[in-house]
Amino acid sequence: MELTTVWFALIAVLWVGYFCLEGFDFGVGMLLPVLARDDTERRVMINTVGPVWDGNEVWVLVAGGATFAAFPEWYATLFSGFYLPLLLILVALIVRGLAFEYRHKRPDATWQGRWDLALIIGSVVPSLLWGVAFANIVAGVPIGADKEFTGSLLTLLNPFGLLGGLVTLSLFATHGAMFVALKTDGEIRHRARDLAVRIGVVAAVLAVVFLLWTQLRTGTALTAVVFAAAAAALVAGLVSARAGREGWAFIGTFVTIALAVVGLFLALFPDVMPSTTDTAFSLTTTNAAATAYTLKVMTWVAVVFTPIVLGYQAWTYWVFRKRIAVHHIPTPELADAR
Amino acid sequence: MDVLDIARWQFGIITVYHFLFVPLTIGLTAVIAGLETAWVRTGKEDYLRLTKFFGKLFLINFAIGVVTGIVQEFQFGMNWSDYSRFVGDIFGAPLAVEGLLAFFLESTFLGLWIFGWDKLPRGLHAATMWLVHLGTLASSWFILAANSWMQHPVGYRYNPDTGRAELTDFWAVMFNRVQLVTFPHVVMAAYMTAGAFLLGVSAYLYMKKKHEADRPLYHRAIRIGAAVTLLAGLGVAITGDLQGKVMTEVQPMKMAAAEGLYETSSSCAPFSVFTVGTPDGKEEKFAVTVPCLLSFLGTGSVDGEVQGINPLREQYVAQYGDDPTTKAFTDGDYTPVIPVTYWSFRFMMGLGFFGAGGAALILWLTRRGRTPGVRWLGTLGLSLPIAITLASSWGWIFTEMGRQPWVVFGLMTTESGVSPGVSTFEAATSLIVLTLLYAVLAVIEVKLLVTYVKKGAEPFEEPPLVKVGGSDDDRPLTFAY
Repeated sequence: MELTTVWFALIAVLWVGYFCLEGFDFGVGMLLPVLARDDTERRVMINTVGPVWDGNEVWVLVAGGATFAAFPEWYATLFSGFYLPLLLILVALIVRGLAFEYRHKRPDATWQGRWDLALIIGSVVPSLLWGVAFANIVAGVPIGADKEFTGSLLTLLNPFGLLGGLVTLSLFATHGAMFVALKTDGEIRHRARDLAVRIGVVAAVLAVVFLLWTQLRTGTALTAVVFAAAAAALVAGLVSARAGREGWAFIGTFVTIALAVVGLFLALFPDVMPSTTDTAFSLTTTNAAATAYTLKVMTWVAVVFTPIVLGYQAWTYWVFRKRIAVHHIPTPELADAR
Repeated sequence: MDVLDIARWQFGIITVYHFLFVPLTIGLTAVIAGLETAWVRTGKEDYLRLTKFFGKLFLINFAIGVVTGIVQEFQFGMNWSDYSRFVGDIFGAPLAVEGLLAFFLESTFLGLWIFGWDKLPRGLHAATMWLVHLGTLASSWFILAANSWMQHPVGYRYNPDTGRAELTDFWAVMFNRVQLVTFPHVVMAAYMTAGAFLLGVSAYLYMKKKHEADRPLYHRAIRIGAAVTLLAGLGVAITGDLQGKVMTEVQPMKMAAAEGLYETSSSCAPFSVFTVGTPDGKEEKFAVTVPCLLSFLGTGSVDGEVQGINPLREQYVAQYGDDPTTKAFTDGDYTPVIPVTYWSFRFMMGLGFFGAGGAALILWLTRRGRTPGVRWLGTLGLSLPIAITLASSWGWIFTEMGRQPWVVFGLMTTESGVSPGVSTFEAATSLIVLTLLYAVLAVIEVKLLVTYVKKGAEPFEEPPLVKVGGSDDDRPLTFAY
């Protein structure tokens, strides 16, 4: 296999890692006002992702860096073209990250309420916009002969793009609810499980429409199989949730997201950003790639270090494997300071 | 303002802002890991109390460093897409490797450290902070390798077919001679910042009546902090001197711009500590100068020749200014903005020396367990980390502004790197939104830091003895968000 293809696959893997992991962080964040009944329950939810959210977010930084290194033209066109949506995502990720760290730093309800809002908005906005961005990448956008994006924000807000956004939004919400059901104990665990099934049905309908639409646009026999498997995994996850099998249910949404991303990348290949202006202007794995030497160096680094990273990230999840319940939440800091 | 100006202002504002938090993060991880290790080995309660107290302050600071770091990676593509296309083959690799080797390590093990007090055995818990520190060092290495390549491009060739710079030797980029002096300079400055932070906060609390009972604790911390600041300050001075020599060779214009030296001085070039001149900096009205010091800084000899701005400009115009189709061409000037380079260089050094001098004074005042009776100890202490952080800011402003008009020295001008497809509206929105957001965050951060500093170190509390994963009893978590 050519190195450009290897790197296309590796970038797909990085996005799979990002959406499968930060997907449930986003889900937990956006369901905060829906699932939790009081402040302690909100803290239970936040603490299910507390030790891992930052590590999960690094996947997108590595995906961005790897795109820069392996496909500089793709990185340049995508980031300068999707300017305003990316700016919104950045702002959302900034306030969301700080919400985790700062929310508990003061005992007063106004302060915490504001950070809750930051956490909720900071989870909803990227969940929606990543879907819009990916749908547009797969569908193609206007790109000129100089490899520059020639559209505007409105170009990206087309029905297909918006549907893609709703799919990621609802899928991450489902995934987050599954995670809460898996990681908590007590009433909230049962509420999360029920909610996961209800949102999951909506997500399933949206995802099936979106994936079918993608299949009809740019699909191949292989993508059809992958998309079908993604849908099956989602159904299996929802059935497991109803049966009270939270581990399997979470694996179900995890696999759904992974396969959906894989399918989208397969539908994209060998383009990385097709042009709707003229197919001759499309960015492909060949014309957007770095040199063979750079790819070779990067491949060595990836081969050596990716297993190590996966190893210690998995170990972290094992260290924090215990369920969290209301009675595990300590008194807030500074409560005695005034 | 056009897109170029806006993009440059954005880069300046958000990068300087980001780097206000970075040195303290790098340095404090080492200080905290050291304090915790001291506790594990000696069992002295003070060390654990300091670990936990400075750990809390560290996290308040770290959070902003992390979230503003994401913007750094994205803005190359957003505002500087032509730069990204031109250098991605070389510049992208260290960024990607930084993510894979450093960011994962930092974020994962910091999560373990924050939440791991009742989940990990003590030695392992301390080790997680050392791994976070290793992550910050790796991160510094790769991002500085990328920056050093912009100052002094090596290990590449220009491919006329694709119009891009292409990597030919990864190791040459990793061990660029500029990198070999820049990395220790930046890391030493980070240790200096953290030492001064430990010293300053402790000196402030030492002077407060409310914390009188903890005076021995803060006395100890003042001594550790002052020693770290001084030792690291020495390291900063030595590596800074080495940097000056390398800079004089590979970027002579930057050295000339640091002094505002217009004509070449064949030997014994003086260094002015302070100058009052005309607004364009070309004529001097009053100056305090040290004879031969510039020659010594630049070449290591008082007789060394230092090239001047005017001959270098002529040389660059002849070398790069003849073909408007290349990315090295500018119809502007091949000279940086002299007042900026001149003063940033002096602010960097002045603030750095102030930081080291203050630490030395406090170290002397507190010698052999002495309790200094001076009222200004807290104020002086707190001013030191601020001064040293600002010294780093000015150092970067000097390094980057002194490279202008280049974005990659001798290869690509800054004006040719900007995104051609981005509108003024988009760029301005980004600049305004990020600047306002950052301003609000700064206020929140400082207020939180003040609250937590004033509170002082918590009383000693023995962490539970556990095996990996925690004990089986159903107690509340030791730490939760």
